Amino acid sequence: MEMPVPDPAILSQKAQIVARLRAVLPKSAVIDDEIETRAYECDALTAYRCPPLAVVLPTSTAEVSAVLEICHQLGVPVVPRGAGTSLAGGALPTADCVILGVARLNQVLEMDYDNRFIRVQSGRTNLSVTGAVEEQGFFYAPDPSSQLACAIAGNVAMNSGGAHCLKYGVTTNNLLGVTMVLMDGRVVEIGGAHLDAAGLDLLGLICGSEGQLGVVTEASLRILRQPEGARPVLVGFETNEAAGACVSDIIKAGVLPVAIEFMDRPCIRATEAFAKAGYPDVEALLIIEVEGADAEIDFQLGKIIEIARKHDPTEIRESKSAEESARIWAGRKAAFGAMGQINDYMCLDGTIPVSKLPFVLTRIRELSGQYGLDVGNVFHAGDGNMHPLILFDANKPGDLEKCEAMGADILRLCVEVGGCLTGEHGVGVEKRDLMFDQYSVDDLEAQLVVKDVFDPDWLLNPAKVFPLAATKSRRAA
Amino acid sequence: MVTSEKELGEAVASASGPMRIIGGGTRPIGNAFEGEALPVSGLSGVTLYEPGALTLVAKAGTPLAEVDTLLASEGQRLAFEPMDHRGLLGSAGEPTIGGMVAANVSGPRRVQAGACRDFLLGVRFVDGTGRVLKNGGRVMKNVTGYDLVKLMAGSFGTLGVLSEVSLKVLPMAETQASVLIHGLDDFSAVRAMSAALGSPFDVTGAAHMPGGQDGEAVTMIRLEGFEGAVAYRAQRLVGLLSGFGEVTIEDAPDQVAARWAGTRDVTAFHGASGDVWRISVKPSDGPEVGARLRAAAGAEVQYDWGGGLVWTLVAPGSDVRTALAGLGGHARIERAETAKYPAFPSQGAVLDQMSAELRARFDPRGILNPGLMG
Repeated sequence: MEMPVPDPAILSQKAQIVARLRAVLPKSAVIDDEIETRAYECDALTAYRCPPLAVVLPTSTAEVSAVLEICHQLGVPVVPRGAGTSLAGGALPTADCVILGVARLNQVLEMDYDNRFIRVQSGRTNLSVTGAVEEQGFFYAPDPSSQLACAIAGNVAMNSGGAHCLKYGVTTNNLLGVTMVLMDGRVVEIGGAHLDAAGLDLLGLICGSEGQLGVVTEASLRILRQPEGARPVLVGFETNEAAGACVSDIIKAGVLPVAIEFMDRPCIRATEAFAKAGYPDVEALLIIEVEGADAEIDFQLGKIIEIARKHDPTEIRESKSAEESARIWAGRKAAFGAMGQINDYMCLDGTIPVSKLPFVLTRIRELSGQYGLDVGNVFHAGDGNMHPLILFDANKPGDLEKCEAMGADILRLCVEVGGCLTGEHGVGVEKRDLMFDQYSVDDLEAQLVVKDVFDPDWLLNPAKVFPLAATKSRRAA
Repeated sequence: MVTSEKELGEAVASASGPMRIIGGGTRPIGNAFEGEALPVSGLSGVTLYEPGALTLVAKAGTPLAEVDTLLASEGQRLAFEPMDHRGLLGSAGEPTIGGMVAANVSGPRRVQAGACRDFLLGVRFVDGTGRVLKNGGRVMKNVTGYDLVKLMAGSFGTLGVLSEVSLKVLPMAETQASVLIHGLDDFSAVRAMSAALGSPFDVTGAAHMPGGQDGEAVTMIRLEGFEGAVAYRAQRLVGLLSGFGEVTIEDAPDQVAARWAGTRDVTAFHGASGDVWRISVKPSDGPEVGARLRAAAGAEVQYDWGGGLVWTLVAPGSDVRTALAGLGGHARIERAETAKYPAFPSQGAVLDQMSAELRARFDPRGILNPGLMG
């Protein structure tokens, strides 16, 4: 994978750049030691690494502003970093960049239950946002599987989703406002405790822009009251077609589960070997969860089971208690870990129209045979967000490249059937070069001009999202 | 009249001056400007509807009524409950799906389900140079590149002319009911609505009519879902809210539907003389805004979104924005006798500049609804 050649002029000025940063930040907030900067050489896309020129860890919007103003003056690229959990390489440094980590921006600024929002600094972790309000019975809905570690800043940058999106939406649907610092150091407030934009929806534009338009330092997030309860049912099928049709029929029947998770046989077997959740050995398995009071849950699960029975299920396990629910979820939650026990894996997140599910799974199996790499599929079936896990051996020469080629084929397949390259992880560097498979030159140009407006010098996270060739003239300017 | 995306592109590319984009022509909102009419009602028809995937794709000029009917045939709907502006604005015409998206039109359910922009999955549009562009798609989760979908929603045609939109739809509820609290002042009403919206009972509407239907204030909480669930939740809400005043349950389907349609379309202000403004604030600030408006301008007000959406009818030429001093939020003119104030507020100098630059990139000649948003 190609990254821009570091600017020798910047590399040679390292000492001066670091000195300027030290002048506006506390001593411990600037890291330039070559060993220490290694800690920031990659994110969760660990195949690619490059220590940055320096790392800054500001604790306030004012400090972020000062850092960006300096980097802007000196023409130094800045790569914002949340918690470094990006699977797409969104926080991958270049040797001539400053990593701006928001980890120390971790305060809760305001909790307002009457108006149902919380305002936090953006380095706060996703789960700790819920942690701050759960005593009052509230929660923050977007729940990416990295939620224990991932930061709100990264969630906003990638417009992160999670398992419960079908009912609650993704980050952009739960984000009310941000404080953001532009690359030239100017601070803007977008949105707030009220709903909808006064003019153009710039908040909607910022969310999912992968840290290329500004550095979000504070966020106002919608919080919701927790439902009275939630319980899943597990249903096993002998064909993917049956499972897919069942999902479609449930949705058509007017039941809106909070989550519909799907696992295929390779994934079920791996999970069983690892977590022993007692899952049936079936071709396809659905975990469908609904919420409400006990009687409401019984009613909805009853309806779902009635529908499922029409699709010849080989197994139906309805949870009647918290323990049974935990057992049903145990395997799903261990799925990634289980695959990781077998080998290294690459996790993709292309999204497809739900109706194309059986076709896409069949094609993935064919590709698996063709490339000689095993694939397990876990995914959010209600919204078509696939998660094929391709197994490979990082120590085997050529295996990573083979895996990447196969991943690209799967993502092209997702686009071909009417879906997209990425549903929740973001483009980062991982899917950058596939963008022309989804968008025309004009379509991409319309996105590039947005960055021109917010960051005319192309200094913020410049090597991400778009094919390098498409941005070269802008980055060189 | 253009009847295809290609023709639309050509029409824009060959335009020699400003153009006024017209969907159904039902919503003369925004600053007045001169421009040649560009009707898009010739781009009409649902191009894809998959009930099992909760997805609908339609050309921009498709009448909203046609979409509603199609969705209803499968027991589905647009969950954000777009309002019908015709009664309030005294306009005629047929609302279109493109107009709805261009204005990001939502209704009472916005407080729970989200706005039009939250259900918008993809757009196709023609920019100011005539290029046909797309962003997003037809799937529910999509973070591939920048989200121009949200940017286009509510941009009132000033960035491009929509040619096709994809929307997430949701199941219609089996039944609905209103829990009504009688005789509350605005401040108590918003507290009651906050309690309801902060409950686990999945409230899908919270509005307060200070004048009610017969002069007595009424605060309305809506529940929707399966019959048993709605009955259960209504009873629980009565218990939760009984401390605020007299609470009753209304469950006759016609009455419930009429009450919320009236709230959605602001029927209380239909035909009344004066200017109408739409104000979005932090819900707990709603009653303060209402009090200031009544004191200064002798205004009539009604509240939706738990207090966060304040509709007000004021004497012609009143400056409603002064009532927001020291509070956040924003106010937009929906209907005014004279163009004394800009219809859209400033978002602050920097964001205004950004918005102007975005428009200049998407529409370099400044020919698409120029000046409509300021």
